Amino acid sequence: MREEILTTVRANPKVDPHVATWGWQVIADLFLVGLTAGALIFTALVILGRREDQYGFTARRLPLVGLISIGLAMTFLFLKLTHKIVFWRFFGDFVPTAVMSWGAWLLQLVIAAILLLTLQGLRSGYPGLAGPLEKFRIGTLALDFAERYRRAVAWAGVVLGVIIAFYTGTMMSSLDARPFGSSGLMAPLFLASGLATAAAVVMIGTRSAEERLLFSRILFGAMAFKVLLLALTLASLANGSRVQIESVQMVFGGDYTRLFWLFFVIPGLLVPLVIEALRLRGKRSGWMIASPVLAIYGAYMLRQLVIEIGQVSGYVHYVNTYNPALLDLLR
Amino acid sequence: MIRYAMVIDTKLCIGCGDCVVACKTENKVPAGLNRDWVVEATTGTYPDLKTEFRSERCNHCTKPTCLYACPTGATYRWAGTNIVLVDPDKCTGCGACIAACPYDARFVMPEGYVSKCTFCHHRVDKGLDPACVSSCPTRCMHFGVLNDPNSKVSKLLASRPHKALLTETGNEPQVYYLI
Repeated sequence: MREEILTTVRANPKVDPHVATWGWQVIADLFLVGLTAGALIFTALVILGRREDQYGFTARRLPLVGLISIGLAMTFLFLKLTHKIVFWRFFGDFVPTAVMSWGAWLLQLVIAAILLLTLQGLRSGYPGLAGPLEKFRIGTLALDFAERYRRAVAWAGVVLGVIIAFYTGTMMSSLDARPFGSSGLMAPLFLASGLATAAAVVMIGTRSAEERLLFSRILFGAMAFKVLLLALTLASLANGSRVQIESVQMVFGGDYTRLFWLFFVIPGLLVPLVIEALRLRGKRSGWMIASPVLAIYGAYMLRQLVIEIGQVSGYVHYVNTYNPALLDLLR
Repeated sequence: MIRYAMVIDTKLCIGCGDCVVACKTENKVPAGLNRDWVVEATTGTYPDLKTEFRSERCNHCTKPTCLYACPTGATYRWAGTNIVLVDPDKCTGCGACIAACPYDARFVMPEGYVSKCTFCHHRVDKGLDPACVSSCPTRCMHFGVLNDPNSKVSKLLASRPHKALLTETGNEPQVYYLI
């Protein structure tokens, strides 16, 4: 046996009984950044392939979804900070060993790229928004600039999209102390997930049958890749260190088994994968709209589980008999 | 790098918790928060059981993952030593260091910044031992510089079997336990 009991009080909030420092704000942030990355990549690829007229939603309207997403992501990240007054310190230094420092700076480039891609599509994609903007000279100049340089921005967008999606996964994999997320496969897994999310948004948003068919194929491919990467991640964790093996046991008979399989893998991965396979075989039905919705849900759940199980798994597992509520009685 | 280390004799520690009280008093740690704690570890198979008491805290690792993960440079090494500190004026409370520490030794202060054991660097600066070491009634705790082969901590580690916690992480913790 090996039993480690705390004989003095240790009940640090959000650390005991297990680390819970990252909550819904970080989960939502990673999900929304993934969506922005996917939007950036798809819009850029359509522009570079000169298919703007064929895939109008992706070329002109999707970037605004990405811009709103990244705005919300930054807001949620700000809400997470417990010492908000010095939030600007993220930009006071660059720490090359800190993945979050890379993210803070890269996100500035991503915001600039998605903003320019949004502006280039505003006149034809959202004329109602472009109109008021063009009443100002600076607005007209900005729209002209974005349209003129849209191919150059698109090239940067593809690169930045891939890098920022990788960043969200690397955030998890760089934390060896949180074994469930500590796998090198997290970066491609989060990229596939970001692409699937953006493809799902296009499927919901577009009115073009041709565009929906293309993104149905993309969604199927991204979901299949995601399932493969997730299986490989679990396999690699199962063959990892003691703490990694213990962490993966949480989804194979442990506390997170039901949540992982019944509320993530089946509805968030396998069901949309099957629906998209049926769609690609020619089946059409109204209920199939559930597929992109479930794919988006699955992308959120992936972040939720990686962060939550990652924090619950760890090296320290003391038996803690202290009841923090007793402290209130002393006050 | 000047390598400060704490050496704790598990044969002498009785788990009284004086180190915990001394730390809270010296560093004015708010109620409900703890920079150090005592663990009673039992290992073996009945009737061959072994029990040891361990006073634990931040291990002031020479390869601190918390420091590497901090995006703002708020976590830093004190004056060319391995003592890892947090600058409240730079800490945003993002939680990266808390997630990166395998010892779960960090926590958030009511003001929002992250805090942890400092090896009482303000006392070390004056040539004193950390408060926990000074207050230990069984004198099971020792503190000193490992670079000096004549220091008490160096001699203890050279003469007694010892261990550190979670060395498999590669963090190179600098709190040692004599066993």
